[in-house]
This record gives sequence, structure tokens and C-alpha cells, in this order.
Amino acid sequence: MFESLSLLSLQQYWWLIVSLLGALLVFLMFVQGGQTLIYSLGKNEEERTLLVNLLGRKWELTFTTLVTFGGAFFASFPLFYSTSFGGAYWVWMAILIAFVIQAVSYEYRKKPGNFLGQKTFEIFLVLNGFLGTLLLGTAVATFFTGSAFSVNKMNLLDLTSGNMPIISEWKGPAHGLEAALNPVNLSLGLAVFFLARVLAILYFMNRINHATIMERLKKQLLHNAIPFLVFFLVFAGWLLLSNGFAVDPKTGIVSMEPYKYLHNLLALPVVAIVFVLGVAAVLLGIIRSAFCFEKCHTRGIWLSGTGTVLTVWALLLLAGYNHTAYYPSTYDLQSSLSIENSSSSHYTLTAMSYVSLLVPFVLAYIWYVWRAMDKKKISTEELQSESHIY
Amino acid sequence: MNHIDFALVDWSRAQFALTACYHWLFVPLTLGLSFIIAFMETIYIKTGNEEWKRLTKFWMTIFGINFAIGIATGLILEFEFGTNWSNYSWFVGDIFGAPLAIEGIMAFFLETTFIAVMFFGWNKVGKKFHLLSTWLVAIGSNLSALWILVANGWMQLPGGMKFNTDTARNEMINFWQVLFSPVAINKFLHTVSSGYVLASLFVIGISAWFLLKKRDILYAKRSIIVAASFGLPASIFIMLTGDGSARAVAHHQPMKFAAMENLYMGQQNAPLAAFGILKPDPAVPGHKKMDFRYLVEIPDVLSYMAFLNPNAYVPGIYDLVHGNPAQGIPSYNERIAKGLIAINSLSAYKKAKLAGKDSLAAASLTTFEANYKHFGYGYYANRDVHELIPSIPTSFYSFRIMVFLGLHFFALLLVVLILTVKNKIETKKVILYTALWTIPLAYIASMLGWIVAEVGRQPWVIQDILPTIAAVSQLKASSVQFTFWLFAVFFTALLIAEISIMLKQINKGFTA
Repeated sequence: MFESLSLLSLQQYWWLIVSLLGALLVFLMFVQGGQTLIYSLGKNEEERTLLVNLLGRKWELTFTTLVTFGGAFFASFPLFYSTSFGGAYWVWMAILIAFVIQAVSYEYRKKPGNFLGQKTFEIFLVLNGFLGTLLLGTAVATFFTGSAFSVNKMNLLDLTSGNMPIISEWKGPAHGLEAALNPVNLSLGLAVFFLARVLAILYFMNRINHATIMERLKKQLLHNAIPFLVFFLVFAGWLLLSNGFAVDPKTGIVSMEPYKYLHNLLALPVVAIVFVLGVAAVLLGIIRSAFCFEKCHTRGIWLSGTGTVLTVWALLLLAGYNHTAYYPSTYDLQSSLSIENSSSSHYTLTAMSYVSLLVPFVLAYIWYVWRAMDKKKISTEELQSESHIY
Repeated sequence: MNHIDFALVDWSRAQFALTACYHWLFVPLTLGLSFIIAFMETIYIKTGNEEWKRLTKFWMTIFGINFAIGIATGLILEFEFGTNWSNYSWFVGDIFGAPLAIEGIMAFFLETTFIAVMFFGWNKVGKKFHLLSTWLVAIGSNLSALWILVANGWMQLPGGMKFNTDTARNEMINFWQVLFSPVAINKFLHTVSSGYVLASLFVIGISAWFLLKKRDILYAKRSIIVAASFGLPASIFIMLTGDGSARAVAHHQPMKFAAMENLYMGQQNAPLAAFGILKPDPAVPGHKKMDFRYLVEIPDVLSYMAFLNPNAYVPGIYDLVHGNPAQGIPSYNERIAKGLIAINSLSAYKKAKLAGKDSLAAASLTTFEANYKHFGYGYYANRDVHELIPSIPTSFYSFRIMVFLGLHFFALLLVVLILTVKNKIETKKVILYTALWTIPLAYIASMLGWIVAEVGRQPWVIQDILPTIAAVSQLKASSVQFTFWLFAVFFTALLIAEISIMLKQINKGFTA
């Protein structure tokens, strides 16, 4: 089945899959958003425990999606893995550490014998929420703004120049941290941060049976939705008006093209529709939950969540499709990575494509388990009857 | 000659080793304990006896404490392939990335989705669905081990691939050859069974403590029965797969095998060094040659173990470094020269192709292909060939201690199972104390297994094809040194927290 596809088709298929994983990751980062809200929504120990436990039942899903996103990127576009991870060292290390501190915090937070103290693990959760969303958003923004690096595969064969035989070299001064100083990158980082908080609020509305917290959720929704909208519009506006990194399909030469991402949007009508539907769904989920609270608040997470997946999916497709360099180099344009020059071989992409047929099955059992576990809203009293509490 | 920043290479190696060691402190317990829990819950469902449910929940809590930190360290490990080994990620990403991605799609989601049901689903889903979830967590954990060990096995015996001169990397041409490589299969079976043994010893050791304290006696004895019944066959299996692993090493990584045995001069009817104490040989400084201060040998056994033939020739370190024409073994200097030819002819091929000189490109390609199997040795041109010898004391002692501990585990599991079946275990204090103190030994043996496998194959990231000096990322050594210490402090703090939490949890008992 997949064997007969051209290399380009397989590359496009895998960009679709990796982008979908990235989009699902952004949606699932409502867990991170929620972690940044545990002190503003939970005013006492009991309330915070309720919030932490609601998030704690989903954190592993976010974590696994991150791991799978990394693995799928490695398998399908190894030159990105090699160039970005090895180059933007400090950004990725900061992201990794932010996620490591999360992994233990739920389980250890309230366990006796935890010598670091409950507060420490709660601070870890808050830090993970801030750094995880902000830095991942900033890192994804570099797909559009570019980073300073060079790639030369001949370096591997150069035993005479006096340099290390390393193909990818980072030219940025702070090994990736410089990306956080770019206002466009930062605007996407902040948009992801506030979006994660909005999604968390909608998730809590769906799951919590606690009148006081619900009142706080209503207030927090608009407090976070407005900055999200501002930062998202700044980024989206910049994206549609900016120059982009175009790849000549015949020669592979990369050049700057005015309004490249706007052109991509117009050239890919399906992606444009997905983008518009996604943005509309995110906004509708927020608006309905805010202004039709009594009837609509439990469904906001599904509407805005689906919208988030569609919007991010479309954004990532814009970065890689239509002969665009998805990981551009501002230092040496010709080192920029496109789906054509950074992918795995036809054979590997084919083998992996068969594995990807499992994805709908995986999504189906996740959905089934989610529904089975989340049939009822949870109150602080009901939480006490649980045998495993974070 | 190219400049190699050895401080960078060493710190990158140290960081990866640190992360891998910490990760492996937690994984084997997860692998085995997940099955032990599944057995206990199955008994609960079959019998309806609430005591089995309490037993299941007790070990499940321990599982959860251990699982969280295993995930944390595993994440770092996955991404370190990119952050610290960027050349490697490109050079073999076409092959290595696939198992990693499959691990995520196939195993991790299975594990993490159903773990939520396992911990929180007691009152939310039916009993059978809960049991199914517990089994799926166990299967998912072990499936994830399969894929990462396939990837590691491929690094020890690269196959199912071809070097693509145009993309300057290795590309997969046969997925099944990667998956079913004899090294990968042996490695998977040996590693997961070591996890089963460790988890069994862990459960038995903790239960022995309860028996010594005369607390929760029935629960402790039931735990011992399940764990010993699971651990004993696993300990036999570990010996069989260990034998297979050692033979695979002898065939495919002869230097690792020679280092494990401190076999300097190759010989027929090679004896097995059953026990030995090493001392440096001052006669050849810098050659890493070690003599025996004390040695107990078993005649012919090494030849038989390696090649199933007591008369077989087992190459020694000297043969591999200096060559042995009579046995058809090329010297490292010859291999370095051929590796250099491979690197230079690939470079010539690329330049000729760019210049449109097709006949020169074709000739260079032929030369490259004829010498490719020595490619990695080319990076050692003008270097001391003895850099290609791994640490002999580390390999020699790690292997021996691991094997002796493996035999101890088998004997202990057998004795404990018999005594428990005869209902005499509570009275055998020596056995109970031995079981308790075997817990750390199980961790030591498990760690030593990886040390043998990984230190023994140095300096190769991909055996014979890519050495560590050509696999690292372009970073400052001080940057990697900083993150090394950061991880060291951080992981140690988490380990202390984990042990402390686990001890408190165990002390609460089965009925708390």
C-alpha cells in the first residue's frame, strides 16, 4: 500500500502525522496550564488537592504524547532531531528538565517520607506549567522565524580541517535561548501559555463539582482568554504578513518569499479551512463557556480542544507544506531544513507508515478509557473515597 | 588531522551513562512488578478474596512510586540522542529512530492509558476490565523494552541497512533484519528476564522483612509464593539467554569478549577465567594489558562457550589489535587504513559527483563500498590504536560479579520457593535476612549487566561504523559538564525522595 507512494508523498504523510502529534500535544498541555493555576484557583489544601488530582489523571497522556512526538520526529525527520536538539541545547534541556520535575511531582507530592516537602513538588508543577508551555511555544515559533545554524554533511568526511567532524553547527550565541528574545517567538510562546490555561479552565469546568472553584473558573476564563487572543493575533498577523522560507522544488535552493505563509494558506485551501474552523472552534468554546455558562460550560473543553488541535495542525502544515523550509536557518539559508531534505528514506517512511495505521486504534482506546474514567464530575468529598490520591 | 575535543566526548558519554544508569535503576522493577501485580489481581478475580485485592493494591502503590521516576529519566534519555549525539542522530536516525517511534505509538500509550485505569479505576470500571488494564500495563511496559532493546541490539550488531552515499548516512533496507537480529532478541529476553528476577527478589526481600518483623504474615507469604514462582523460571531463563548473549558477543564483538575474559593472547582450547584478580602489566605501558594476580581457570570452557567447540580459537586482545593472519584477523592499523580509504573515497565520490566527473565518482564509490565495513576505524588515523581497547578491569569484574550474583539469585529463589511451599519460611531467619540483603545485590547485578554491554563495546556507538568521537554534538565541554552535574544532583535528590517514600509506604504494611 505505502510502498507505491513517492518519497515526497511519504514525506508529506509523515509531516501530517508529526504535525498531528504536535497539535495533540498542545491540546493536552491543558495539564500544564492547569498546574499554573493551582494556587489561583485552589485557596486551601483541599481545593488544591482536588485540582491536582484532576490534572494528575491526565498528565501521563501529555507526557507520552511529548515522547511520541519526539520519537516520531526522530524517525521521520532525523536531520531536524540532529540539528535542533544538538544545537538549541539549552532550550531543549530547559524543556526536558521542566518535564522531568513534573513526572515525579504528582506521585510524590503527598506521600509520607517525601523529604523535599509537598510545597516543593507543587512549585515543580507550577514551573513545569510555565516553562513547558512558554518554551515549547517559543521553540515551535522558530519553525517560522528561523534559527542560526549550518548543516554540512561533508563535515563528517573532513579529517583535515582541524574541526570536529560534526555535520550540524549552531551559530546562535546561547544555543537556542536567544529564540526567547525574539518578540514573535515570544508572542507564540505566550499564546500557548495562555491557551493552555484557558483549556485547563475549560477542563476543570467539565470535571469539577465544586461551587466556589467554579466561580473562580468563570472569572479566570476571560482573564486568560483575552491575553491569549492578543498574543495569538500578534503571531498570526505577523505570520500572514511576513516573508517566508521558500524551497525551489527543482533545485532545492532556499530563498525568501514575501507573504510566503499567506501564499501557503491560499495554495492549500483544505489547510486554510482547517485553520479557520480551528480558530472558530477555540473562540466558540471560550465564548459559550463564558456567556452561556449554565448550559454550555461542560462542553467548552471539547470545542476549544478540538479547535486547538485543528489550529495547531494547520499552522504546522503551513510550516512544512507547499515547498517551505520548516526549520529555516537565518545563518545560512541553504542549510534550512525542509521535509524533502531532512527526512528518512523511502523504506523507513514506508515501514513507519504501516505502524501509523495503529494511531486511530490508539486514539480510540484513549477515548474509550477517558470516557469510562470521567463519567462523573468530582467533588472534594468524592475524592476522599478514592484509593489512590495525589 | 582533525581535532577531537575529548573533554566534550567524555562528558557527553558520562552524561548519557549517568542518565542511563539512573533510568535503569527504576525500569527493571517496573518490568517485573507489573506482571507480579497482574498475577495477584488475577488471583483476586478468580477467588474473590479481598485479601488478594489488598495485596495487589499494596504492590501497585510501590509500582506507582517507582514508575514515575522511571518515566522522568526515560524522557531525558530519548532526547539526549539528539542533544548530545547529533551526528549519531543523522548518521543512523533512519534506522534507530523507527524503533523509538514505534515504542511510543505501540507501547507507551498502552502503558499510560491503562495505568490510569489501574490506579483510579477500581470503582469506575468493571472488575474484568480493570484486570485487563493491569495486564495491558504489564504488556505495554515490556513492549516498550522490546523496542528500545531492538534499537540497542542494532547498535551492537548493525544489520538490515545500507550506507547511502548521497545522503551520507545509513538507511534501513530490511526492517525484519533489524527487529529479529540475534543480538536484539537475546538482549531483549535477557534484559526483561533480569527485570523479572529483580522484581521477584524485591518482593521476596520486602516480604522477608515483614516475616522477620512478624507483621502481615499471610500477605507476606502470599507475596513470596507469587514472586518466587515467577522469579525462579525467570532466573533459569536468564542463564540460558545470558549464554546466548555471551556467544553473540564472541561472534560479533570479539574485543568486548576478550576484555570480559581478559584474554590477551588468543588460543585454542581457551580456558574460562572462573575467578581472577587483575594487575597491570608494567612491561607494555599504555597497552592496557592486564595480568592475573590470582586466577582459577576451567579448561576449554571459554572456547566451548563462545563457539560450542572446545577446540575453537578465541581471539585475544593482542590478536585483535596487532592482527593474526593465521586466523584471518586483520590488525587495527590495517582496519584504520581501510577506514581512512573509505572516508576519503566517499569524500572523493561526493566531490566528483558535484563536478560531474562520473567515471571518477564510480571508481570512488567502488573503493568506498569495498572498505565501508572499516569506516569507523578511519577516525582513529594517527591515533594510538590502544584507544580502541575498552576498560578491561571494568568489563572483567562486572561480568564475573553479574554471573556469580545470577547464580546466587537462582539458588535463593529455589530455596525460598521450597521453604514457602513447605510452610517453613518464617522460621528460617538466615534465609529471610539473605533475601532482604539480596535486594541491593539484584540492582547491582542488573546495573553490571549494562556496564558489561556498554563499556565493553567502547569506543563504538555503532559497532565498527561510528565511534563516539564522531557521534557527538557541537557543544562546549563545559556546557555538557554543567548539565551532567545538574542531572547528577537532581536525579540523586529524586532517588533519595523515592527511597524514602517507598520505605514509608512499605512500613505502613499491607492492611493500612
